[in-house]
Amino acid sequence: MTPLQRIQEQFPTQIIETHAFRGDETVIIRPEALLTIAKFLKETPELDFNFLMDLTAVDYLFYAGGRIQKEFRFEVVYHFLSLKHNHRIRIKIPVDEKKPEVDTLCTIWPSANWYEREVWDMYGLRFKGHPNLKRILMYEEFQGHALRKDYPVNKRQPLIGPQN
Amino acid sequence: MTQTRNMLLNVGPSHPAMHGVIRMIMELDGEKIKDVDIEIGYLHRAFEKMCETVMYTQCFPYTDRLNYVSPLINNVGFALAVEKLLGIETPERSKYIRVIMSEISRVTDHLTCVGASAMELGAMSVFLYMIKAREFLWELVEEITGARLTISYVRIGGVKADLTPGFADKAFEKIAEVRKVLIEADELLTRNRIFFDRMKNIGKITQEDAIAYGVTGPFLRATGVAYDVRKSNPYLIYDKLDFEVPVGTTGDNLDRYFVRMEEMEQSLRIIEQCFQQIPDGPIAADLTGVVIPAAEMVDQAKMGQTADLIEDEVSLDPTLQGSTRKYYNSINANKKDVVLPAKENTYGNIEGLMNHFKLVMYGHGIKPPVGEVYLPVEGANGELGFYIVSDGRDHPWRVRVHPPCFPIMAALPKCLIGDMMADLVPTFGSVNMIAGELDR
Repeated sequence: MTPLQRIQEQFPTQIIETHAFRGDETVIIRPEALLTIAKFLKETPELDFNFLMDLTAVDYLFYAGGRIQKEFRFEVVYHFLSLKHNHRIRIKIPVDEKKPEVDTLCTIWPSANWYEREVWDMYGLRFKGHPNLKRILMYEEFQGHALRKDYPVNKRQPLIGPQN
Repeated sequence: MTQTRNMLLNVGPSHPAMHGVIRMIMELDGEKIKDVDIEIGYLHRAFEKMCETVMYTQCFPYTDRLNYVSPLINNVGFALAVEKLLGIETPERSKYIRVIMSEISRVTDHLTCVGASAMELGAMSVFLYMIKAREFLWELVEEITGARLTISYVRIGGVKADLTPGFADKAFEKIAEVRKVLIEADELLTRNRIFFDRMKNIGKITQEDAIAYGVTGPFLRATGVAYDVRKSNPYLIYDKLDFEVPVGTTGDNLDRYFVRMEEMEQSLRIIEQCFQQIPDGPIAADLTGVVIPAAEMVDQAKMGQTADLIEDEVSLDPTLQGSTRKYYNSINANKKDVVLPAKENTYGNIEGLMNHFKLVMYGHGIKPPVGEVYLPVEGANGELGFYIVSDGRDHPWRVRVHPPCFPIMAALPKCLIGDMMADLVPTFGSVNMIAGELDR
């Protein structure tokens, strides 16, 4: 049984969509189920996802891929790895633009700490319960969130020197 | 009654040990580090944002500048990720070439790391020897790619150019030289009292902490976990090669040094095996038929005299793309909507020219299907992952790099707290922090 099937079996109602494009097993889950499923991923022996390999977000504003408009603007993407079983899974949760809040995974995987700070910095998504949610790559005075699709590529706001 | 308070000390960003790009705010009790806050982002160049604005092929120059000590591995990682998105396989020979170039880069990366951290502990001569060895390897890289650092050598669907004639012999020569340097460095460092005492039991991290922080690469292997992407998810032809994954036991600086030293030897072994196994491409250039200089071919093509050019081969510098048609098919996938045609076809017939334009013109280019992929490769510092989201257009919707340094820097306080202030230098040196990929 693949990790994807195991999660489907355990949480049939919490799953919005699954796919395995090019062999990357992906589960899109409801945001409120994140912590439960995360704990399940880590603590179930046959899954044993002890690595949170990557955590990032994607902004789907103006997205037209596959001619399907996304219902929510953001998606937070988690990549997990199990050292023991050598399998991977990608978990995604949709995030609404009006309420950009996600539960933090810091307590389960400490590696989430910096990744979540980066997502906050670049996308402006807040992580509920994060111990130290401040910018990581940009400086504190920076206005806006640079990786959002409505942030212009050529916008300048240096601390010193010419402004826009 | 006297009161003692911990002292706050700011280190960096303009501090030689911080390489100019990291700031640490330390809380010191005497010389003991009580707490440390790490600030990164001084080299942020918006790699991910820039990739969203350019076509897939134009991302390669940006990937060169991620880990600028082993740029070829970044190139290979990005190319593999896009190929996975497209669902294409590259020819066997190009896979071998990619592995050879990746392993050369891994050795240069480790040489830089070990050499620099030895220098920071006062062993200047080791640094010079290792940079000398790195120079030998960069000469090899230069011969194939035409550049030393900003190589942009790998292409989606293949590589830019084939190996030059006689390259294997040159590589064997250089490998022998590098081995000599490694033995020399080992003699100078491993039984050196100063080096040993500064490294042993310093900067320790437990296996649990390393896993919890998502640390990979030599840093994780030094704690005893034999996780290597080349073994666990073999990409390219790593499953056909015989190499070992060295692991440490205690996870201190010395173990990381040993792991890196052994990995260099393993990488050199891989390169040797690749040269034995690499399938015959037309490397011993058997240029029968008519060969004309590239400029002449362009001139003829401009005047519309393309009829005679169809059978002709062009003589180009070996580092240029498509240096003769015969080389071309063995190093590039045969997929017209992805791979640029050989230069002879671009200059010599209208189909090749159209094909070329369709791939380089803005708004055309490579168009992968809608979807998302994550592809990890083993970078010199750990798992280097590329997560690419495509919306079906010619430029990526989202490119995310999972930089191996990032989790290591997040876990660094675990190594530093409890050690002396002066131990910061060897511990930070053993991270091999590359700000290019850390800050992107």
